[in-house]
Amino acid sequence: MGKTIAEKIIANAADRDSVLPGEIVTCAVDLAMIHDSGGPRRVQPTMEKLGIGLWDPEKIVLVSDHFAPCTDAESASILKLTREWAAENGINNFYDQLGICHVVTPERGHLSPGMFAVGGDSHSPTGGAFGTYMFGIGATDMLGVLVTGKTWIKVPQTIRINWSGELGIGIAAKDMALKMCASLGMDGGDYQAVQYSGTAIERLGMMERMTLCNMAAELGAQVGIVEPDETTATYVTDAGGDPGNWAGFRSDPDASYKITHDFDASNLPPQVAAPHTPANAISVENADKDKIDQFYIGACTGAKLNDLEMAATVLKGNRVATGKRLTIAPASTQILKTATKQGIVEILLDAGASLLPPGCGACAGYGVGILAEEEVCLASTARNFQGRMGASSSRVFLASPFTVAASSVTGHISDPREMLAS
Amino acid sequence: MSSGRVWKFGNDVTTDVLAPGIYIKLPIEELASHCLETVDSKFAGSVIPGDYVVGGKNFGMGSSREQAAQVLKILGVTAVLAPSFGGIFYRNAFNLGLPAIILPNTDRIDDGQNLDIDLHAGKISNLSTGEELIGEAVPENLLAIVEAGGLVPFLETKFKQNDN
Repeated sequence: MGKTIAEKIIANAADRDSVLPGEIVTCAVDLAMIHDSGGPRRVQPTMEKLGIGLWDPEKIVLVSDHFAPCTDAESASILKLTREWAAENGINNFYDQLGICHVVTPERGHLSPGMFAVGGDSHSPTGGAFGTYMFGIGATDMLGVLVTGKTWIKVPQTIRINWSGELGIGIAAKDMALKMCASLGMDGGDYQAVQYSGTAIERLGMMERMTLCNMAAELGAQVGIVEPDETTATYVTDAGGDPGNWAGFRSDPDASYKITHDFDASNLPPQVAAPHTPANAISVENADKDKIDQFYIGACTGAKLNDLEMAATVLKGNRVATGKRLTIAPASTQILKTATKQGIVEILLDAGASLLPPGCGACAGYGVGILAEEEVCLASTARNFQGRMGASSSRVFLASPFTVAASSVTGHISDPREMLAS
Repeated sequence: MSSGRVWKFGNDVTTDVLAPGIYIKLPIEELASHCLETVDSKFAGSVIPGDYVVGGKNFGMGSSREQAAQVLKILGVTAVLAPSFGGIFYRNAFNLGLPAIILPNTDRIDDGQNLDIDLHAGKISNLSTGEELIGEAVPENLLAIVEAGGLVPFLETKFKQNDN
């Protein structure tokens, strides 16, 4: 019987010829990604107590992004501890305030097809865009990986989500992700492996694939994964990585799936999810013209280079509405550099946007740009759970960077297609 | 285990509600005092050691922050029962020594009732109604971790054995 990409990677990591869904197996970890919030500050005391060192510092990528840059004495001391831990433990792959881990790790060539990787963060399925089996774990689980190089996994079934057709103008992967949350629910992924397939997926660039895989977490899946192709291999090579035998990690034609869901990208309108769950997504035409205080383009989900490009496409020659704020936190310094070179940053600033340093920013309420009581935000981030982006009475709507940018011009939730047509 | 009062919550209780991001830098005891306050302002101040948390489907969805499970452990919660859990929360709970029990019919349990559970048998006794409910069996590897008191004491024993 044929195998899915998930089954191939897990069998490989478990040193087995094949694995069956439902089995609990122990896997060797190829890469462990950790950050300032769930990383050193959480594992250091226990490592000292256990008196054991790291299994392999070269297989660890450490990124300071959640509290970067620091905003007070507590966050400053967390960043300091992170730097000291990196030095003491010989972590060469340490990226301090250079962007968000889910974006920095692949852009520095650390992910490639067929790898079995864990991240100390729930958005870790982002790595699936590169044909990596990558999932999020908590700090104690991570501690186990850091000292043993292994972790356990219940082999998932694979849920195939087929997207046919092609996205229209002003529509993005973020709209696809929100549509799936609304159709399948926040537990539609059932902690199984979600595989995105079909012509619409094949047409997507790597950053849009990252957005889709990133939001597999919002479907409750363990991973979201796209079968590697030439697009993947080119990105990985350009990033300084080795795509290896990527063709060997595509799902077999006769692989079996738990279920296949079919969607059509061609008819998809822009989506907007009202508070407090991405599953509230509806077509932008049906969304209320709610009062919005802050428009936010940020996070691993919504501030990659193409996300900034989307915003610039809409904002060129336009201005943010009077009395409103458009806040943009690029996902990495490398993205900021390219966006500056390409003139994207100038367009954003001319429109009246304010720029935050690369990092997780306001998304999870840890960094800069958070909301006051009763404030409302329209964001390109992944989650709009109650109280997530600041004060507990604040509210967050979710949409694509196209929609966030278009809405910042009118001051309320608006269809970006109208602005792009004019 | 031991009998305790039930605190009942709805579907999709998120990690942002269990361990709010704006308090995440604070010492864990202070973070615990904000646990679930967005949906029940009395919970953190009233829950006592030995109590149980019963949730709806997809309990603990969202972030990988294990403080979401740790604050419940610190507040003395004996176990969490729900028809389904967020996958990362489920792993985190066991790693921190907090059993997470998958129980399809949590609608048979109401807020304020008293429970007793037998983890090995997967039996949940509703002492208030006399009804006995059966949860999904906990996988052997997780049972071993939770019985050791969590992954850290489990690893401690394992590394000591390797030294000998």
